[in-house]
Amino acid sequence: MTRVGIIGIGHGTFGRRSDATVQELAFEAFRTAMEDAGIDRDAVDASVIGSVPEYHKQRSLAGVVQEYLGLVPKPTWLTEVACASGSAAMRTAWMAIKAGVHDVVAVIGCQKMTELSTPEILALMGRVGEVQWESGFGTTFPGYYAMFAKRHMHEFGTTRDQLLDVAVKNHHYGAMNPYALFRKEITKEKASASEDVATPFQVYDCCANADGAACVILASEERAREISSNPVWLSGMGCASATMSVLSRPNLVGLPSAEAAAAQAYEMAGIGPDDVDVADVHDCFTVAEIMAYEDLGFCKKGEGGPFIEEKQPYIGGKVAVNVDGGLKAKGHPIGATGVSMTYEIAKQLRGEAGERQVPDANVGLTHNVGGIGQYCFVQVMTRE
Amino acid sequence: MFKWFGKVNFTPYTKVSDFAQHLRDGHLMASRCKSCGAASFPPRADCEACMSDAFEFFEVSGKGKLHTFTKIVSAPTGFEDVVPYTVGVVDLDDGGKALAWFGETIGEDDIRIGMELQVVPRIFEELEEIKVYYSLERPGTAWSKV
Repeated sequence: MTRVGIIGIGHGTFGRRSDATVQELAFEAFRTAMEDAGIDRDAVDASVIGSVPEYHKQRSLAGVVQEYLGLVPKPTWLTEVACASGSAAMRTAWMAIKAGVHDVVAVIGCQKMTELSTPEILALMGRVGEVQWESGFGTTFPGYYAMFAKRHMHEFGTTRDQLLDVAVKNHHYGAMNPYALFRKEITKEKASASEDVATPFQVYDCCANADGAACVILASEERAREISSNPVWLSGMGCASATMSVLSRPNLVGLPSAEAAAAQAYEMAGIGPDDVDVADVHDCFTVAEIMAYEDLGFCKKGEGGPFIEEKQPYIGGKVAVNVDGGLKAKGHPIGATGVSMTYEIAKQLRGEAGERQVPDANVGLTHNVGGIGQYCFVQVMTRE
Repeated sequence: MFKWFGKVNFTPYTKVSDFAQHLRDGHLMASRCKSCGAASFPPRADCEACMSDAFEFFEVSGKGKLHTFTKIVSAPTGFEDVVPYTVGVVDLDDGGKALAWFGETIGEDDIRIGMELQVVPRIFEELEEIKVYYSLERPGTAWSKV
């Protein structure tokens, strides 16, 4: 079967985008990706849209995006797995090309989160978990990850400072990313003075809702070689699920879906965690990045705290992690995030990341989590 | 009447709706598969192990150990009047886990991961509608109507 290559990448600015509709955001990313690929829309066989429907007034989003991009009557469909919807779009496009059904597919992650009123957001917040046995007690998204943090601290001695080290690092690199929502360095003192959200988390432990879009154009190996002089290859694609209810999980110190997806991706790519030069991981909350170091095998289980404290995930450390600012500083327009991660790693592997470029980046990885680990997608990406 | 369960209820209809009736009578119930005997808490109608759809309820002690917890300060719709509140996850001695609020028998400063707890039924009947839930209490705490 054919390999699948990335031949074009595009990214819009993340943030409160009161200037644009969701399809207009999608257009920004799509146009940039098409320019980057150097192809016309005639060359695109289909599109896959990653987005979470409940944030938009427009129902059935793929249709309106497809029309606005001028891709009608080519096939299009939407993928949804919460915050990993963009990676699900990546995977289905990859599958379509692997199967020989399509040769060139545009993958667009897009989300407009700031149009909902505060009461609408608060109502949505109350239904992030399993609604029969958990939501009736007022659980929230930060609340769930906070319980992972408490348990991680209890079992491994992870400290409050180490959690905040993650936020400080991601803001450090976010300041260098022109597409990021927060382009400011922060200090641990400032982070630890922010308001409580769900203990031990304060505001700076949490990523922010945002609007935004990212796009990548995928092609079969034959078409990629015809079109592109610098394709980046999807060399390992892993995907797994975990129980919706955290009550059914074997432990609350990691995400079994992430471990399983990583193992699949490493095996398919024929590499191991030590081979990864640069990674974008799902830091929706500070503890999530620490668990990602461990679930991906960058360090042993329980050693994620010292790993960040020793600056191992900085450029120049063992593996550069979230040097685009991560969800924390870049913002988290949930459907766009998985595609945004893919954009950043492709940029790094092409050596085009500017002041945040990881030297000699040959092997990259994305780790995109849906919900509280109910879904996880891991991609290993390589250049020639 | 599963609509009784939880401060806010999102799932009024379920095959295990008698759970709420039992809770109103002061009994915390788990489910057991009539075919293979697999037990589950929270209860489920259809067996995860053998896929049988025949089940029965049985009463559990609710005793267990605290696995983790958090104090939620930023609350969703329907919980504004009780914020901040602390939720915990308990590893039950009889198997399974439960997620619930801490009740009045445990002070905030006394909460420790690993502490012994009991999941205890709670019933509000004075409200316009019946509300039932359970809370995390010192072992030996009696169930009560509030």
